Amino acid sequence: MRRTLPVVIALSIVGGGMLLTGVVENRYFYFATYVILQYIVLSTAWNILGGYTGYVNFGTPAFFALGAYTSTFLMLFCEAPLLVSIPAGGLISGLLGLGIGYLTLRLKGVFFSIATLALTVVLQTLIINWEFVGGAKGISIIRPVAIPFFRNYVQFLFVVMLGLAVGSLAIARWIEHSWIGLGLAAIRDNEEAAECMGVPTLRLKLFAAVVSGGLMGMAGAPFPYHISLIEPLSAFNLDYAVNSLAMPMIGGTTTWVGPLVGAVLLGTAQQVATVTISSELNLLIVGVVLVGFVILAPDGIVGLLQRMLKRK
Amino acid sequence: MSSPLLDVQHVTKRFGGFHALTDVSLQVHDGERVGLIGPNGSGKTTLINCIAGVLRIDGGRIRFRGTDITTRPAHQRTRLGIARTFQIPKPFTSMTMLENLCIPLTYVRPRQVHGGDIAAAAMAILERIGLAGKAHVTVSSLTLIELRKLELARAMAARPLLLIADEAMAGLSSVEVDEILAILVRLNDEGITIIMIEHIMRAVMRFSSRIIVLDAGQTIADGTPEEILRHSAVEKAYLGT
Repeated sequence: MRRTLPVVIALSIVGGGMLLTGVVENRYFYFATYVILQYIVLSTAWNILGGYTGYVNFGTPAFFALGAYTSTFLMLFCEAPLLVSIPAGGLISGLLGLGIGYLTLRLKGVFFSIATLALTVVLQTLIINWEFVGGAKGISIIRPVAIPFFRNYVQFLFVVMLGLAVGSLAIARWIEHSWIGLGLAAIRDNEEAAECMGVPTLRLKLFAAVVSGGLMGMAGAPFPYHISLIEPLSAFNLDYAVNSLAMPMIGGTTTWVGPLVGAVLLGTAQQVATVTISSELNLLIVGVVLVGFVILAPDGIVGLLQRMLKRK
Repeated sequence: MSSPLLDVQHVTKRFGGFHALTDVSLQVHDGERVGLIGPNGSGKTTLINCIAGVLRIDGGRIRFRGTDITTRPAHQRTRLGIARTFQIPKPFTSMTMLENLCIPLTYVRPRQVHGGDIAAAAMAILERIGLAGKAHVTVSSLTLIELRKLELARAMAARPLLLIADEAMAGLSSVEVDEILAILVRLNDEGITIIMIEHIMRAVMRFSSRIIVLDAGQTIADGTPEEILRHSAVEKAYLGT
């Protein structure tokens, strides 16, 4: 029962999302919720390497865009459907994750972070010069007209991303409570001591980097369908790096709940601000909130609540 | 004579142009209590980093229980039975004491943990070392002696055949030194071979059945405590001519 309960909850959330598409019609609702769900995936994925393992990755845009361009390529090359592109994007970005996993052998702390940032720039340059996928000017994507079971494609994308969000939270939760999570925490606290206490640090870091990168790639795969145009500037947007780091920091980095809380709060605030004030205000909000949290609640909202409960 | 537990053969370690260890050879046998001494910068910690696998050596071979472990990563050496403590304690700071011990218990032969109950095994070790009352305290609030004991407890949790204690007593009062010594003696009585690196001569002399002296990256003496005290090269290394 204890094992099946989370599965039941996960399935009912996705099922609830599908039912919702029969009730609420407003397309903008799905469009905006999709972005928030996408950030749940990105921040949860980021947290597996950044929060659990302690390797701060600024390369989220690289992994996300690689997933997006993998699905663009597959669409142009063989008209692959989205449900094929998602695992493919995850696979390719997971391989990139394996690469940055090996980087951790030589680069730690801030040097690792800078390397991941550089990775983003290098990949973006490559894509800009690759005409087949649109190069610098990008390429428009024509969504399939009809999709079975759904009234329109936006609703379909919403349910897909809901599934990815629930899936990545489940993976993060599983890692956190398994022996792998214990080893990752040991690496975060002191890598040398972890290795000397029998933790296979390299293997665990590679695992974390592959899972983290793979999930980011899967989040990126539906992106071209979502905005029906893909070009390097939006796919490699620095917002992804900042947000996927800020959301777990605000929510709390040591549990799977943290990125979820952070992504829902910050993601919603950004969507509201985009509609009511201006779209440029997004990053300003993130910056101010992040500074506030780093000073007032360095362990995030989850850490804050845990401390309050302990005091009682 | 049976083959040694640890066999270090002609080990060389360089950092750039600096020779930290030059052609160091030593053997440690089952059940021994070996003291490793030498002036600051003589290569003691480098040597145990090479034995534990934190550093790769530039020449020579290291064997443990007859297996060549020269190229094995550190975590595999721990699983084979080499555990070490750190000179500057390196606890897992976000965890409680009990959780600290759960890391080696989970990652080193977990199937052999009695009854498969990791938490109970960790608690048993804390009880033996006299820290059971602090099992659920986070590491950041511990005193130096508690940190040093945690280092030992964590190494014990890896259930080693060979325990290397790197200055496990540095900075402690003489009562506390006796406390740590008693723990080490008890572990040795249970069959764990121990290499102790120490600057506190009183402790080394009392504890060791054999002492190895390093100076400038070379072994200059190897013998019983009495022999070492009479050794002129040791005196020279410590006091100058």
